[in-house]
Amino acid sequence: MRLTSRGLWYLILVVFALFFVVPILWLVLAPTKVDHALVTSNPLAFGSFHNVVKAWDHLDSYSSHLYRRWIENSLLYAVSATAIVIATAIPAGYGLALGTFRGRKVVLTLTLIVMIMPAAALVLPIFLELNALKLIGNVLSVILPFAFYPFGVYIAYIYYSTSMPRDVLDAARIDGCSEWATFRHISLPLAKPVVALVLFFSFVADWNNFFLPFAVLGTSKQYPIQVGLSDLLSSTPSFNPAVGGGGQTVPIFRPELALATLLAVVPVLIVFVFSQRALVRGLLGGSVKQ
Amino acid sequence: MSDTPLTPAIAQATRKRGLRAGRPGRKRTQGNWRGLPFVLPYLPFLIVFGVLPMIYAITLAFTSTKGKFVGLSNFNKAGGDFRFGDAFAHVFVYTAVWLVALMIFVVGLALMLHSRASKATATFRFLYYMPGALAGAASVLVWLFMLDPAVSPARLLLEHVFGVHFFVEAIAPGHLPYIFAMIAFWTGAGGWIVVLYGALNNIPNELEEAARIDGAGAWTIALRLKLPMIRKWVAYMVILSFATGTQLFVEPQLVNEASLGHVPDTWSANQLAYQLAFRYARFNEAAAISVDLLVIGLIAAVLIVTRTGLFKKDD
Repeated sequence: MRLTSRGLWYLILVVFALFFVVPILWLVLAPTKVDHALVTSNPLAFGSFHNVVKAWDHLDSYSSHLYRRWIENSLLYAVSATAIVIATAIPAGYGLALGTFRGRKVVLTLTLIVMIMPAAALVLPIFLELNALKLIGNVLSVILPFAFYPFGVYIAYIYYSTSMPRDVLDAARIDGCSEWATFRHISLPLAKPVVALVLFFSFVADWNNFFLPFAVLGTSKQYPIQVGLSDLLSSTPSFNPAVGGGGQTVPIFRPELALATLLAVVPVLIVFVFSQRALVRGLLGGSVKQ
Repeated sequence: MSDTPLTPAIAQATRKRGLRAGRPGRKRTQGNWRGLPFVLPYLPFLIVFGVLPMIYAITLAFTSTKGKFVGLSNFNKAGGDFRFGDAFAHVFVYTAVWLVALMIFVVGLALMLHSRASKATATFRFLYYMPGALAGAASVLVWLFMLDPAVSPARLLLEHVFGVHFFVEAIAPGHLPYIFAMIAFWTGAGGWIVVLYGALNNIPNELEEAARIDGAGAWTIALRLKLPMIRKWVAYMVILSFATGTQLFVEPQLVNEASLGHVPDTWSANQLAYQLAFRYARFNEAAAISVDLLVIGLIAAVLIVTRTGLFKKDD
């Protein structure tokens, strides 16, 4: 009896594991095969590395290196926005935890509300606003909204208001540190794990955002990779037979599209590895019994 | 603007570590102004990309193109659009399917994983969390492949269980709410399982032992003891997912591009609002729809803050 319930336990968990993992496996393997082999061979068979190189050559030559351009754009948008987030959100969280100035509660409440609201709910209002300001098609209309990241403020606020040893701050002040020097030399270094968390989540949120850049950018040369992928999808004859004969010189078939999707995830994984220690502490904070 | 379900979990972990560090903040008696300069650089962002867009959208929604107050007329006009009913119906069916899947499978899997803590459960949690890396357009592309019987590793399942032989059959309009719910579940469920598992771990051991001594079996403990104790986390998941679900945009947008126009580009409410603004320059009606969606998001946020107690607003 015990054995069967244990078996059932494993069976259910393994079935779900397959559901979550097999699509990723397929995606990793697809660029190793040519389009025809994707249809005829075992879906989870490995082809050859040579095919990956070929797929990359096709992808790279699509619209004269447009794919590289999309990745560069994404990096530009996500990195510059995240830099602004770190520069504004960490001090803001610190300031909110430190002071009791007027309007503090309003700022905190608004930050919290906007943070919990689905991001997409604000995209169209932002689009309408930028449209009225004639900023549509300008890269700043992606970077600046991305640079508003209330979660960063909130997490810094929680950190500083619960774990900042105030005596240290007082000591620094007595020693003649200015408010800024106290923050720069004491408070900021103490919050390194929080900075890593904010960095990761802000970067990933910007990297994966589709709706805002889709709405506010004008030309495909400005697209970040997420929007670029949809552009690429509409040029793939496998999904859009209409484009097959349309004077297309570069073959973008399923292996190329799979490779494009796979490569689009790589930067997220790199940032994950770099901020992993802080992240695991945050993610698994409640998952170990004490 | 963050769609991560982990927000309160991280906040709680941060807070707990802080408290363990042993120095809860002392009452602040001095330095009223002290924090203000640090907040100033953030304020323009909060105002320009948080508060003003909402005010502007609301203003547009209640005025005419000439800026005259027109009451609910934009809402009526948008509501009368022949695509409006469909768009909202699509979004609500999708959200309902997704919520049911979350409530049954995420809660069920978290409870199952927690009932036998071992090395294997950590591996399972990691595997379930992996698709989170492929959010946005990438996840949709993956599933377009998975749903194409020509190349899918689930070809047999598609052909024999669902009777789907061609890609176009797979993305038939009636299937779409279920497909989008599945994609959302695929990318997001792992994160929620991690969150609920963390919450389950915060239940004191003594309670479980006491229940066991009283003769409660694994099922009883899971459903009568553990589930009620993570209630507020489940509530948070449901409310947030409901609000997020109504905002659906990227999935139908991509399927529209892969379907040769079988799927309209006004499939979801957000798409319709976007098209009204972008293609027809009917900005006031677009604003009316986005205010509808904004209100849903705002109500959800306020409910989460005031009812679940997961977010600390002030000490």
